Amino acid sequence: MIKTTTTKPKPEVLEAVIIRFVGDSGDGMQLTGTQFSDTSAMFGNDIATFPNYPAEIRAPQGSLYGVSGFQVHIGSVEISTPGDKVDLLVAMNPAGLKTNLHAVKPGHTIIVDTDAFTKKNLEKALYDKNPLEDGSLENYRVIQVAMSSLTKEALKDIKGLDNKSITRSKNMFALGMVYWMYHRSVSHTTDFFNKKFKSKPQIIEANTKVLNAGYYFAETLELIPNSYTISPAKMAPGTYRIIMGNTATAWGFLAAAEKSGLELFLGSYPITPATDILHELVKHKHFGVKAFQAEDEIAGISSAIGASFAGDLAITTTSGPGLALKGEALGLAMMIELPLVIVNVQRGGPSTGLPTKTEQSDLLQALYGRNGESPVIVIAASTPANCFNYAYQAAKLALEHMTPVVLLTDGYIANGSAPWKIKTVDDMPAIKNNIINKPTENWHPYNRDEGTLARNWAIPGTPGLEHRVGGLEKDKISGNVSYVPENHEYMTKIRAEKVKRVQNYIPYLETEFAETGDLLVIGWGGTYGSLYSAVKQLNEEGYKNIGFAHFNYINPLPKNTEEILSKFKKFIVCELNNGQFSKVLKINFSRFEFNQFNKIQGLPFGNQELIEKFKQLVK
Amino acid sequence: METTAVKKYTFKDFASDQEVRWCPGCDDYVILRAMQKALPEMGVKKEDVVFISGIGCSSRFPYYMNTYGMHSIHGRAPGIASGVKLANPDLSVWIITGDGDAMAIGGNHFIHVLRRNIDLNIILFNNEIYGLTKGQFSPTSLVGQKTKSSPYGNTQPPFSPGELALGAQARFFARIGGNTPKDMTQLFIEAEKFKGTSLIEVLQNCVIFNDGCFKNVTDKAVKEDKQIYLEHGKPMIFGKEKNKGLILNGLKLEVVTIGENGITQEDILVHNAKEQDPTLHQMLVRLEYPLATGIIRSYEDVTLEERENALTAQVKANSKFKKTESLFFSGDTYEVK
Ligand SMILES: Cc1ncc(C[n+]2csc(CCOP(=O)(O)OP(=O)(O)O)c2C)c(N)n1
Ligand code: SF4
Repeated sequence: MIKTTTTKPKPEVLEAVIIRFVGDSGDGMQLTGTQFSDTSAMFGNDIATFPNYPAEIRAPQGSLYGVSGFQVHIGSVEISTPGDKVDLLVAMNPAGLKTNLHAVKPGHTIIVDTDAFTKKNLEKALYDKNPLEDGSLENYRVIQVAMSSLTKEALKDIKGLDNKSITRSKNMFALGMVYWMYHRSVSHTTDFFNKKFKSKPQIIEANTKVLNAGYYFAETLELIPNSYTISPAKMAPGTYRIIMGNTATAWGFLAAAEKSGLELFLGSYPITPATDILHELVKHKHFGVKAFQAEDEIAGISSAIGASFAGDLAITTTSGPGLALKGEALGLAMMIELPLVIVNVQRGGPSTGLPTKTEQSDLLQALYGRNGESPVIVIAASTPANCFNYAYQAAKLALEHMTPVVLLTDGYIANGSAPWKIKTVDDMPAIKNNIINKPTENWHPYNRDEGTLARNWAIPGTPGLEHRVGGLEKDKISGNVSYVPENHEYMTKIRAEKVKRVQNYIPYLETEFAETGDLLVIGWGGTYGSLYSAVKQLNEEGYKNIGFAHFNYINPLPKNTEEILSKFKKFIVCELNNGQFSKVLKINFSRFEFNQFNKIQGLPFGNQELIEKFKQLVK
Repeated sequence: METTAVKKYTFKDFASDQEVRWCPGCDDYVILRAMQKALPEMGVKKEDVVFISGIGCSSRFPYYMNTYGMHSIHGRAPGIASGVKLANPDLSVWIITGDGDAMAIGGNHFIHVLRRNIDLNIILFNNEIYGLTKGQFSPTSLVGQKTKSSPYGNTQPPFSPGELALGAQARFFARIGGNTPKDMTQLFIEAEKFKGTSLIEVLQNCVIFNDGCFKNVTDKAVKEDKQIYLEHGKPMIFGKEKNKGLILNGLKLEVVTIGENGITQEDILVHNAKEQDPTLHQMLVRLEYPLATGIIRSYEDVTLEERENALTAQVKANSKFKKTESLFFSGDTYEVK
């Protein structure tokens, strides 16, 4: 059946392609996907990736809930999401096929490892009949390859290789095939083997052999009629790397610490999907990072408050339920007016909700989830790469305005990855801080800067500035405890005004695609990519009357928000929750009517559902 | 820390301009004054002293000290103080807490701060009641104790702070009556000298809600007979006549009288606070008669910040990253032209 082609057909050129690798959690799908996306990025494509793994650590093999997947979207055009429907599904077992088939575009390709379609595996995937035989896959181009046996065959000459290592490398056979199909070189991956398995030459040899076997198999296989290529994208010149949102967040803080000349302190308690920020920062003791894994979230934020009191750039990282626990301490930080950044990598809620799925439902908690009048700055990152900028910005605002800042990201952008044009500390804006080194005449801890209203930051160890702070209401100047009614009202208002004035220090809101028009699509945070690509597609289809406004600053809102809104007739606020940001907009801009598009499935927005919704509103 | 000579302070230098608002007769005044007297003896600079408290009557303490301080939230002072100390290990950091603050709401933080052994000092004001919320039972209240929230008698058995602390690996534990200012001052000085987390339990009388709760052991008249004041290296002798002592009888401590039944001074146990094995310290902590006061345990061990500093120095020495830039450009990067 296998025929050697003598002339290589010319690859067909595509603009973009979405590939999903799925298999058992032990099948190495994350590695396979990462290798393919890294290779494509280095080739010059724009990319977006999203891993999707089970909440269980080691789900039973072959089970439906043990499926691990990695999706990658590559293009010669701008790529802003990992995509929803896929052009190619690589399924290493029946469970992977069953749980992911719905995502494959009709008429498109599925590669399966036929060796994995055993009676036992089919039963585990709850298939009555073998889908490869019952005609149910008629609408797809199915490429059936006995990957496990071919892998074994390729490795038969390597002596002393155990069975486990042999079965494990079948993912490289699949990767090799996909490299050939998309006209990619295997060299990045073989370099990777050489580095990663330096001390295990046998493993290097085995993986390289299987990778090449997959590649040549695809080349000679009639079943894959042609190969494709995706030309490099037009991207701004510079040095790039692929970065995950959580890593970018951690690095933004490293940069802010270096720029501000302060030491970075992290107080944290593990929780999905925020934990990777802790994992990243604990590595960087060489930069003087003090990362403290506390006994719970409350101690995590408390230690950060202590470190801030003592003059460090202090941050604490968590996800929804953890923010709930930190609420009281956050109120204290707000009350004593110390700089502090609280990162909330949102996940599906309420309670423990959907720990590994994405949602935007902690917005109101971030804004209002504390006792008393307790305003803090709330900002949200919107792409894996700009987590770097917003982490940096959160630190800058906290230090310059002497207030806690809540930075919201979410599981989708935190785990997703994309190219990041590397920024150095020199590229970043200056960070001032309010530290004072000696007493001035008539010094008081609650003296404020006239512009920002930030109080000065007197750090223990500085002679002459000894003072006490605390959660009790304080006199507007001396900071001593005060229950004077008028003073409390004044202090409540000035704390709110201080946050409001941040408007003068943040960028104006900008619209994309249209400055005025019939419909303004409104989003915030991690949905940027989905909303942007939907509006872009409509714009290309000729809908020039749809604009897009995405918010990264939520408290305070950008100064020109009302002005932007007044230029459009209709609005649609799109969020992965039951309408939290639209509530905020309704409170602030009651003269406009806001339509809502809410999705609460633990899933990102799909391209088609957005496009249909937007079309309805402008027809 | 600069090594300039520390100015000679008097207790007045440590008193803030704030009016002290505890109930007249409260032992909290005694503790405050003892601290203001101890600090000038410690050789620390005023600007390097930080008091962190939680919530409760006792936790108003930082306001009355002319140092750096934070009156924080209920039970969380250990977390905050740990952050202060880790951020700047040169500071002398004190946690002020009550029995409710430390052992009820802050129980988790209390045991973990002891376990970690950061160089902090904790003063636990134990009055076996919630003062600030006006008289509910606390985790140290006795079974049967009638309080506002236990009108028919408390049914929850109490913690013994010392036992809990030793169980949580406390390296330094001392106990002192709230009416003993001189010894208290001395203990505060010892606590500051001790490298690691030190915990001092003060048996603090609350004149309003639990008056006389310790009077059976702390009253001047009975004190010498009911308490044993332990000192490292000294025999465990107590009593007005200085003729009572402790010996080990099997697995139990036993009170004996010197000169009776052939007991001589040589038979009496000698206190070794610096012993690593806490077994005897646990027994002393549990002893009801006589009540052990003074420094019961003082075992010096590596502190958390020493571990952290050593690790940081090692990572720094071996690291190829000097500035964040070198990290950002490391690994798989690629050029777009
Ligand atoms: C989160 C929270 N819960 C409850 C309280 C109310 N509260 C204030 S002080 C206190 C008990 C303090 O008891 P203790 O630590 O024994 O201190 P004392 O007042 O006796 O010195 C309580 C329950 C609070 N301030 N915060
Ligand atoms: S209520 Fe008790 S503990 Fe509180 S100040 Fe009064 S006497 Fe002291």
